[in-house]
Amino acid sequence: MTTEVPPDGTAGGHDLPGGREPGGRAPGGRAWSAPLMGRAEEPTLFELSEPGRHSWQLRTTGVPEWSAEELLPAAHRRHEPVPLAEVSERDLVAHFTRLSHRQFSVDLGAYPLGSCTMKYNPKVCDTVASLPGLAGVHPAAPAQMSQGWLALLVELEEALCAVTGMAAATFQPAAGAAGELTGLLLMRAYHEARDDRRRRVIIPDSAHGTNPASVRIGGYEVTTVPSDDRGCVDLAALRSVLDRDVAGIMLTNPNTLGLFEEGIEEIAAAVHDVGGLLYYDGANLNAILGVVRPGDMGFDIVHLNLHKTFATPHGGGGPGAGPVAVGEHLVDFLPGPRPVRLLHEAQESAASNGTGAAAYGWAMPPRSIGRVHSWHGNALVLARALTYIRVHGGDGLRRVAERAVLNANWLRARLSSAYDVPFDRPCMHEAVLAASTLKRRYGVRALDVAKRLLEEGFHAPTVYFPLVVDEALMVEPTETESLQTLEALADAFERIATDAAEPAGAEAAHAAPRTTPVGRLDEARAARVLVPTFDARADVGKQGASGP
Amino acid sequence: MPDYLPHTDADVATMLAFLGLSDIDELFSAVPHALRLAGGLALASGEPEPDVLAHMGALAGANRAADLVCFAGAGAYDHEVPAVVRALAGRSEFVTAYTPYQPEVAQGVLQAVFEYQTMVSRLSGLPVANASLYDGASSLVEAVNLGAAASGRGTVWVSSGVHPHWRACLRTFSRGSGHRIVEIPLVDGVSAWPHDPALRGDHEPPGVVVVAYPNYLGCLEDLAAVRRIADAHGSTMVVAQDPVAAGLLRSPGDWGADVVVGEGQAFGMPLSFGGPYLGLFSCTMAQVRRLPGRLVGETVDVAGRRAYVTTLRAREQDIRREKATSNVCTNQTLMAVTAAIQLGWLGTQGLAEVALRCARGTRYLRDGALGMSGVSPLTGDTPVVRELALRTAVPARTVIDRMAAEGFLAGVALDELTGEGGDGSADASAAEHGLLVAVTERRTLAELNAYLVALEKAVRP
Ligand SMILES: Cc1ncc(COP(=O)(O)O)c(C=O)c1O
Repeated sequence: MTTEVPPDGTAGGHDLPGGREPGGRAPGGRAWSAPLMGRAEEPTLFELSEPGRHSWQLRTTGVPEWSAEELLPAAHRRHEPVPLAEVSERDLVAHFTRLSHRQFSVDLGAYPLGSCTMKYNPKVCDTVASLPGLAGVHPAAPAQMSQGWLALLVELEEALCAVTGMAAATFQPAAGAAGELTGLLLMRAYHEARDDRRRRVIIPDSAHGTNPASVRIGGYEVTTVPSDDRGCVDLAALRSVLDRDVAGIMLTNPNTLGLFEEGIEEIAAAVHDVGGLLYYDGANLNAILGVVRPGDMGFDIVHLNLHKTFATPHGGGGPGAGPVAVGEHLVDFLPGPRPVRLLHEAQESAASNGTGAAAYGWAMPPRSIGRVHSWHGNALVLARALTYIRVHGGDGLRRVAERAVLNANWLRARLSSAYDVPFDRPCMHEAVLAASTLKRRYGVRALDVAKRLLEEGFHAPTVYFPLVVDEALMVEPTETESLQTLEALADAFERIATDAAEPAGAEAAHAAPRTTPVGRLDEARAARVLVPTFDARADVGKQGASGP
Repeated sequence: MPDYLPHTDADVATMLAFLGLSDIDELFSAVPHALRLAGGLALASGEPEPDVLAHMGALAGANRAADLVCFAGAGAYDHEVPAVVRALAGRSEFVTAYTPYQPEVAQGVLQAVFEYQTMVSRLSGLPVANASLYDGASSLVEAVNLGAAASGRGTVWVSSGVHPHWRACLRTFSRGSGHRIVEIPLVDGVSAWPHDPALRGDHEPPGVVVVAYPNYLGCLEDLAAVRRIADAHGSTMVVAQDPVAAGLLRSPGDWGADVVVGEGQAFGMPLSFGGPYLGLFSCTMAQVRRLPGRLVGETVDVAGRRAYVTTLRAREQDIRREKATSNVCTNQTLMAVTAAIQLGWLGTQGLAEVALRCARGTRYLRDGALGMSGVSPLTGDTPVVRELALRTAVPARTVIDRMAAEGFLAGVALDELTGEGGDGSADASAAEHGLLVAVTERRTLAELNAYLVALEKAVRP
C-alpha cells in the first residue's frame, strides 16, 4: 500500500495564498484548502476489522432468549453469521470521516456541473427532514394518523402545480428518470383509453440519455430529431417525422444546450395537431421559475427534479424525487393512491381541532396506471422541497431563476474568448462551452480542462454532454455562487486555456489532477479486471493482477 | 426577506453592465412574450426560516402515528438507528455531493459504495451488487427486466408472497415492457407453484420466476423448489430477500438464485413515511453486463494507488441511450452509504443478533396472540421469522383503530395492502380480517405484553 504523501502539487499553487483576490476579497466557493490531510489510501472497513471488536448496542428488552435452533427449521438456518466488518465505534467514525475528506461537495465549494443544478441546500431543510413527527411515521399508518404528512403532500402538490401550470401531480417517482417512465406510461394510457395505439416518441438529439432509455422501457420506439444551427429543435425536421403514429415528444426547455426553445409554440401546435402529447423534462426548470410555465408552453406532462431545482441535496447520487404533474386530461391516469383533500377549508380547522372528520385521505384515480413506488415516493425529500419553496416564496423563486441566468450569462460572456462557444447567444441557466480549439491546437481536451479545474479548487463542469457538441464543457454555476466565486472560476478557466498554449501547460493539463486524493484513474482496468467487491479483490489478488 | 442568494445590488448592476443589459428581464428575451407568466407565481411570499419551521413542525405534530409504539412492518421497520450512524450519514460531504462523475474528488462516496456493494453481496450470497436502486419495488422491476432479457422470455411467474405493492409496480411497468405477469397463489402462506405450465392455460414457460424469502406474510418459502422450476424451464430465478432476516437464514445465493433484490430501509433509515429507502440488487457474474444502474469497481490511479470508479459504464443510459439496460440515473446513493455505515456498526455479530431478537419477539407475540379467542393464524403453522399474519375476529382496520387509542400502531391491515390498485390476485390472505404484525429488536417484553392485552380487547366483537 502506498503511504507516501506526494509533495504538494504545484498546480493551483502559483496564485495568491488562500485564493484571495486583490483588494482583500476572497471567493467563498473556492475549495483550495481541501483535502485536510495527505493523499494516502484509506483502508476498507474490512481491513480495519478485528474479530471480537464491535460497536453495536441494542435495547434491553427482557424477551425470552430462545436460540436460533428453537426458532427456525434447520433447512433454512444459516450456519455461520453473514461476515461483515468488526470495528469499534471509534474506528467506524474515523473511517467514514476520513472518507468524507476525500469527497468534494457543494458545501465545500462551487460545483458548476451542468444539467445538475448543484446549488447550495439550505440547512433548515435538514432540520425539517429529521423532525420525529415526519421521519418517524410508518408509510402504512392509516390516514387519520398521518394527517400532517397528507397535508404536507397536498400543499406541495398545489405549489408545484402553481410553478408548472399543471392540474395535479404524483409524488411516487423517486427521481427524474422514474418520472420520465411514469410520464410515458401516462401517455400510453391516455392514447389507449381512446383506442389509439401509437408506437413512436420523438426526442431531440441533444436530449439526456435517460429520455431515450425511458422511451424504450416505456415500450416505444425512439425517433430522434436534429437540432438546427441555433441549437433548437429543427422545426422542419420535426414536421417531417410527425404523424399519427407519434405518441408524443419529450423536451426540456431550456434545452440541454442551455438555450430556450424559441419555437416552442409551433412545436406544441404541430405535435398536438397529430394528436401527440408534450412531455417536459424538468431538469432545467431552475432557469424559468416564475418566468414561464411548462403548462403555458403547451406541455401535457411534466416531471420535476426536486433534487435540482428545489435544492434537496443530491446525496452523492440520490435520493432525488421526480414528481410528475399533468394537465386536466391526464389526472385520471395518475399513479395512486394519491393524497387528496377531503374537506373544504372551513371544515379543516374543525378537523385539526379533533372535532371533525379527517381533512385528508388517499384516493385511487379512476383509470390509474397503478403504483410506481413501494410507498408514496421519497417523502422526506418532498418535505425538504416544500420547506425550500416556503422559505423562498413565489417572489424568491423568480429571483432564483434571474440570478441563475445572470450568473450563467456572465460566465459565458467572460469565457467566450478563451473557449469556443458553439451557440453564441444569451443562454439560460447554463452555458455550453467547448474545448475543440484547445484540443485541435494543443491536444488539451475537455476532460483535461475538467481535471485541471479540480486542482483549482472547483468541481468540474459536465463534459462530453450534450453529445451534439464536440468537446463540450457544460457550465451551470447556479444562483448561489457569488460574483467573487464566479470571477475566481473564470480566472481558473482562463488560466487553463492560456497555459495550454505552452508545452508545460498542456503537459500539466494531461497530468492533472495532482492535488486531489488520487490522480487520474485507470478506468479501462476497472472494466477489464472487474473488482466490484472486496471479496473479488482477494480473488484477483490470488490470480495475480492479470485478471480474467 | 429570506435570501440565500449572494448578489448585492452592486453585483447585479456590475454583471448586467458587463453583459450590456440594462434590466434583468432582458435575460429572458428568448421567451416569447405571449407565454410569460403575468403577475408572478401564485404562491405566498417567502417566510423566514423560524416561521417555516413552525409550520413544518405543526404538520409533523399532526402525525399521530409517530407517537405510537410500532408493530407495523410490511417492508418498513422500526429498527435501531444509533447516534453514530445519523452523525456519519449526515455529513455534508456525503449529503451534498452529486453522482461521482469526477472520481478523483469523489473517492469518499465511491469507496463507501464499494464497501456497501461488498456487504450486499455477502448478504445475498451473489458476487456482484450494484450501487442501489430506488426501493425494493424498483429493484424487483429491474430484476424482472434482467431476467426476461437473460431467458429471452417475457412470461413472469410471481409468487403472491411478494409484497403486494411490489407486484403492483410490476403490473404497472409491464404496460411498457409487455411482460406477462402471472401471479401464483399462496396456500397456507406459501406459493403453490403449478406443476405444468399448461395447467394455467399458459403455454409459454416462464422466463422469470420470482419468490420472496421470507415472503410478505413472514413465511419461509421452499427455495429449492423454485430453483427446480427455474432449471426445468430455463428461467431466471429472482429472490426478494428480507435483508434483516438474512442474519439468520441461508442466503438466496446459496439456494441458487440468479438475482436477489430487497428493501434496505432496515439498515439505518427511519420509517420516513416510505422514503427515501434503498433498493438492494445483486446478481451472478454471468449477468453482470445486464446489471441495471451504477456499479463501483476498484482500480488504481496513475501513481498505482488503490482507487474506485464507476465501471462497466457501457450498460448505462448516458452512453447506450435507448439500448441501455435500464433508464436509472440518480439512484439512492446516500442511503447506500447509510446502509454501509449501519452494517459497519452492526458488524458480523450485531446483524445476527438483530435478526435473532426479531425472531424471538415474533415467537413471543405469536404464542401470546394465538392463545386468544378472536385470533387465529392466517398461514397455518408455516414457520415465520420476523413478521406474522393473524386472522382477527373483527376487521383488522378496527383492531388498528382501537389499538391506536392504547398507544400502538398494531400492524398493517392486509386488505389495505392488497386492495388498492386493483390487485387481481386471488389471494386468500387479502381478507378484511388479516392483520400483519412485525416485531423488531426494539420491542421490549413490557411493550409486547401490553400489546397482547390491548389486542385481546381489540378483537372482541
Ligand atoms: C436533462 C436531464 N434529464 C433527465 C435527468 C435524469 O434525472 P435523474 O438523474 O433524477 O433520474 C437529468 C439528470 O441528470 C438531466 O440532466
